[in-house]
Amino acid sequence: MTGTYEPWDAQRATEIIAEYRSVEGPTVVILHALQHVFGYVPEPAIPMIASALNLSRAEVHGVFTFYHDFRKEPAGRHVLKLCRAEACQSAGGNALAARAEAKLGVSIGNTTADERVTLEPVYCLGLCATAPSAMLDGRVVGRLDEARLDALVAEAQR
Amino acid sequence: MTTRIFVSRDAGAVAVGADEVARALTQAAAKKGASIEIVRTGSRGLYWLEPMVEVATSKGRVAFGPVTEADAVSVLDAMLADGSHALRLGVAEEIPWLKRQTRLTFARCGVVDPRSVEDYKAHGGYKGLARALTLGTAGILDDVTKSGLRGRGGAGFPTGIKWKTVADASADQKYVVCNADEGDSGTFADRMIMEGDPFVLIEGMTIAAICVGATRGYIYIRSEYPHAIEAMNAAIAAAKRAGYLGAKVAGSAHAFELEVRVGAGAYVCGEETAMLDSLEGKRGMVRAKPPLPALKGLFGKPSVVNNVLSFSAVPFILDRGGQAYADFGMGRSRGTMPIQLAGNIKHAGLFEVAFGVTLGELVDDIGGGTRSGRPVRAVQVGGPLGAYFPRALFDTPFDYEAFAAKDGLIGHGGIVVFDDTVDMAKQARFAMEFCAIESCGKCTPCRVGSTRGVEVIDRIIANTNRAANTTLLQDLCNTMKFGSLCALGGFTPYPVMSALTHFPEDFGAPPRLQAAE
Repeated sequence: MTGTYEPWDAQRATEIIAEYRSVEGPTVVILHALQHVFGYVPEPAIPMIASALNLSRAEVHGVFTFYHDFRKEPAGRHVLKLCRAEACQSAGGNALAARAEAKLGVSIGNTTADERVTLEPVYCLGLCATAPSAMLDGRVVGRLDEARLDALVAEAQR
Repeated sequence: MTTRIFVSRDAGAVAVGADEVARALTQAAAKKGASIEIVRTGSRGLYWLEPMVEVATSKGRVAFGPVTEADAVSVLDAMLADGSHALRLGVAEEIPWLKRQTRLTFARCGVVDPRSVEDYKAHGGYKGLARALTLGTAGILDDVTKSGLRGRGGAGFPTGIKWKTVADASADQKYVVCNADEGDSGTFADRMIMEGDPFVLIEGMTIAAICVGATRGYIYIRSEYPHAIEAMNAAIAAAKRAGYLGAKVAGSAHAFELEVRVGAGAYVCGEETAMLDSLEGKRGMVRAKPPLPALKGLFGKPSVVNNVLSFSAVPFILDRGGQAYADFGMGRSRGTMPIQLAGNIKHAGLFEVAFGVTLGELVDDIGGGTRSGRPVRAVQVGGPLGAYFPRALFDTPFDYEAFAAKDGLIGHGGIVVFDDTVDMAKQARFAMEFCAIESCGKCTPCRVGSTRGVEVIDRIIANTNRAANTTLLQDLCNTMKFGSLCALGGFTPYPVMSALTHFPEDFGAPPRLQAAE
């Protein structure tokens, strides 16, 4: 939930970067740490990382944009990830994904207008033996059917 | 007397209510004034029975499942009275689905408390390391080579040869890196081991480190696996406290530090060189080989890079000797493979068995056919880059070479079952689309070919110059297969071509004739 994240604070970001700058291969570790605290990686953080690690802004931007996980703006209050990979497809995941889109009024990859729910695809949660599966704000849910999906969507909308 | 009850904390069990069941059992016991201890284990891998709950008895652990919150009171009563219950499954180890497996790597998974080094040791853990410390480099290499173990991530490269290359290299720093970026749909064995028996992975990596002379190790776990990340971090901390990691491993002169690194949602980072770049903090771009990671791996240093299951097979091999492992299997595929039955299948779960079992046995007999009850039409073996097999190929034995001979691959051992409602042209399109989304972009056949592939399949589906476009798709697949830098672009043709070859009717062509092969 974005509600639990801290608002952007350059001083706080400087401390986070300092904490991890001397680990081996720090860039991805720092991006994760920043997103963990702020819920996304605000634009001003990129040059700060670059300067701390003696990299170019382009290099850090390149790393930041390569990975699906990193956000350049905050997500909705809740993030609902639906597994869209083959095992969940085989177990009826396509119809459930379409149902979630219809219920929320957004297509996968977007946030509802009231900024309550971000609906995202995930390519495999490793819950393929209890497919179809989803993750709501870090909580995993398997054996989805229409009723369980509807309950999940309703919970996300609260 | 305190009754010991075991409830899985595996993400697959938690996803279907294991936490709620554990809570309800605690409440039910409090209400009755019964003294119980709930141990949160990993999963045995019988997922259609999860949440599966076990109770320690004089006959062994008696299982119940699938248990819901509402069943807690009656199940607890049956446990305390050793009475009958509709969900009672009998002694867990005697459940036929579990009993017919050969659990070498997964022997402890679902049995032990994954947070406890002591429990691991009480179940035979760290015996392999103890023997490894007496053997030294040459002795360890001898056992690993003799075991015939091949990389369980999918490539199937002999582990002994890889380790020898690193051991023979001289450098001021060497690394042991575990690829836990288990991104293939239909696979969850790495996740299960990390959540259910994390010390077996730590022990396997420690043996590798001692063998090759490495002092640092990383486990690269995908961010989609928060439970596995938590379990590995807790296990590493526990192993450190117990003296199994750190400056003096198990009191020896060997130092080994181990750390978890978290991926960030890029499928291609499951490719070993992309993973190394990601670990270095870069974009996960695939490297050209040579140089081999064994010689120039992480930060340019000699590195052992293996999958979770490869490392996790090693403690058994060092404990019992290479021959004991090689006694299982067929041909050049030695030992056991933890096979993952997934998707639309009745008995979904983890089935560890010696190589040689046929695809048909796995799907129809062990898996029990589809969960939907409709006929099985296709199975995809080996993840998003694996081929779709029709029933006609169900006699194929599970073996690296046998699958390769049928233009398929066993990959990481995942089998996803589809019933007769599947549209194979759509699955072929999805394979290309997935490749386009996940391509690292370094080589043209993958970066451009995958996008063109989606377009060509769309034209075939729309019946625009169907014959010419089908030929074009085959040509494109050849270019990707032989021209791509890594398995992402190189193997995407497997699902596409297998769908086209075995299910031509879904692409608007007449059903295939045997002679067309």
